[in-house]
Amino acid sequence: MIITTIGRKTNNSLEAFGRFWMFCLRTTRWMFTGMFQYRNWRLVMPQFYEVGNRSLPVIAITGTFVGMVLAVQAYDQLHAAGFAERMGVLLNLTLVQELGPVLAAVMLAGRVGGALTAELGTMNVTEQIDALRAMGSDPIRYLVVPRFLACLILCPMLTLFADVCGSLAGSWIAVGLKDIPYEPYTYYTMDAVAKWDMGVGFIKSLIFGWIIGMVACYKGFHCRAGAEGVGRACTEAFVAIFIAILIVDFFIATFSTGLYKMLYGFKSLV
Amino acid sequence: MMPESDTRQSDPSASRIGAPVVELRGVSKRFGSLEVLRDVSVKFRRGETTVIIGASGAGKSVILKHIVSLLKPDSGEVHCRGERIDTMTERELVAVRTHFGFLFQMGALFDSLTVAQNVAFPLVEHTQRAASDIAKTVSEKLRMVGLDGLQEKKPAQLSGGQRKRVGLARAIALDPEIILYDEPTTGLDPIRSDIINELILKLQRELNVTSIVVTHDMASVRKIGDRVVMLHEGKFIFDGSPEEMETSDVKIVRQFVEGRAEDEQLAGIRMKGKP
Repeated sequence: MIITTIGRKTNNSLEAFGRFWMFCLRTTRWMFTGMFQYRNWRLVMPQFYEVGNRSLPVIAITGTFVGMVLAVQAYDQLHAAGFAERMGVLLNLTLVQELGPVLAAVMLAGRVGGALTAELGTMNVTEQIDALRAMGSDPIRYLVVPRFLACLILCPMLTLFADVCGSLAGSWIAVGLKDIPYEPYTYYTMDAVAKWDMGVGFIKSLIFGWIIGMVACYKGFHCRAGAEGVGRACTEAFVAIFIAILIVDFFIATFSTGLYKMLYGFKSLV
Repeated sequence: MMPESDTRQSDPSASRIGAPVVELRGVSKRFGSLEVLRDVSVKFRRGETTVIIGASGAGKSVILKHIVSLLKPDSGEVHCRGERIDTMTERELVAVRTHFGFLFQMGALFDSLTVAQNVAFPLVEHTQRAASDIAKTVSEKLRMVGLDGLQEKKPAQLSGGQRKRVGLARAIALDPEIILYDEPTTGLDPIRSDIINELILKLQRELNVTSIVVTHDMASVRKIGDRVVMLHEGKFIFDGSPEEMETSDVKIVRQFVEGRAEDEQLAGIRMKGKP
């Protein structure tokens, strides 16, 4: 009995895993085959507005307050150790490599991921997706690709925006309120934050955007019937995205740190 | 009366009815442990209005979805206009599906689009026509369903009957050869139901389309059907004209015609000791 249950659950999980990757493959194929048609780009612009423009306030607030909290909490320790002028290093490296990408992605997952799953899920249970197929249109091309592209392209941009907000807000606390001299603060920051760090942050946010778009659309497309089904799909989408972001973040951090050491050796910030 | 009685010579509609355009051959479909269709075979002929009746959950809508390959059979074949379609890919099906119009039970209009954009959708997707030309066609189709002037409304601003009529306008936008109706009158009052029935008849007369209608509404069956098939426990148990249906001695068909439940079906809701 137990073995049967385990076998059935394993089977179902493998089936869902396979279905997810088939969904990803179909989306990728449509992205490339459909990119030369104007009618497809016409579908992308409204999604850019929905995912990008409408996320700006929440991303700005997240970045700003994370930057300020980091500055407030780090100042006393750094000041006591005589490293207050290097606070920008800690603040900006943390923002660019870690908190900026992760928190922007989490906010995007909550605001956009949930909305995408709910929208597509509702379309699914009200037969709108079936209607698209019955009219000879591929719902992957019409619904998924524009939403996925918006997440993939805009997640790095929104992350950059969160980084800038956090950095400016942190600088305001450090230089404006804690009286750290502006020039050494800027000098140490510019010296420490390299293209490598920006690149790692960019790659993270690109992958997070991929996860948000793909998982949110997949869950919406495969939700169960009724309002309960849509609600459950939204919850599952957010939890899956959040966990995936944390796990992927760990592996990218481990890989990028190892690769940096292999290429350039250990980098001391003090 | 069993399925696939091919011709009804006495039927006045027989002259406009042609060769089969859609055919299901030995189709079986199962959802988990529930077997919905069991080795079902049926032909739908050109110009004919076939009404599929059966109890709720009998698999009527599942048949419609097999006809446009929204669902694939577990076994058996689906043919449309001489081509086997159940083995086609989604891309190959695009051309096939442009021959169909599908009216979904709740209309399935796209919430984010206006009425005009909904009706124009198949035209924008499958033709290269100019915007002014499309707007003209949209207006013409909406006029056919009695809703011209509502172009800028959103589906949420329409009543249930209006949504179905817009769905019908969208279904006929590409002048399809075959129209599938999934419970077109369910949830509508008798007057609105009659309007939908008249629309189906009008399309039949003006466009000579092949219509396949899933319904529970016996008034619709009598009014629009050239042929009635009944699905019960995954099989067709009746195939004949509406007149033959009225005089059928098949028990479940009689129950449908008379709108009457059997004593054993009512036993569960009767209180103990009371008649």
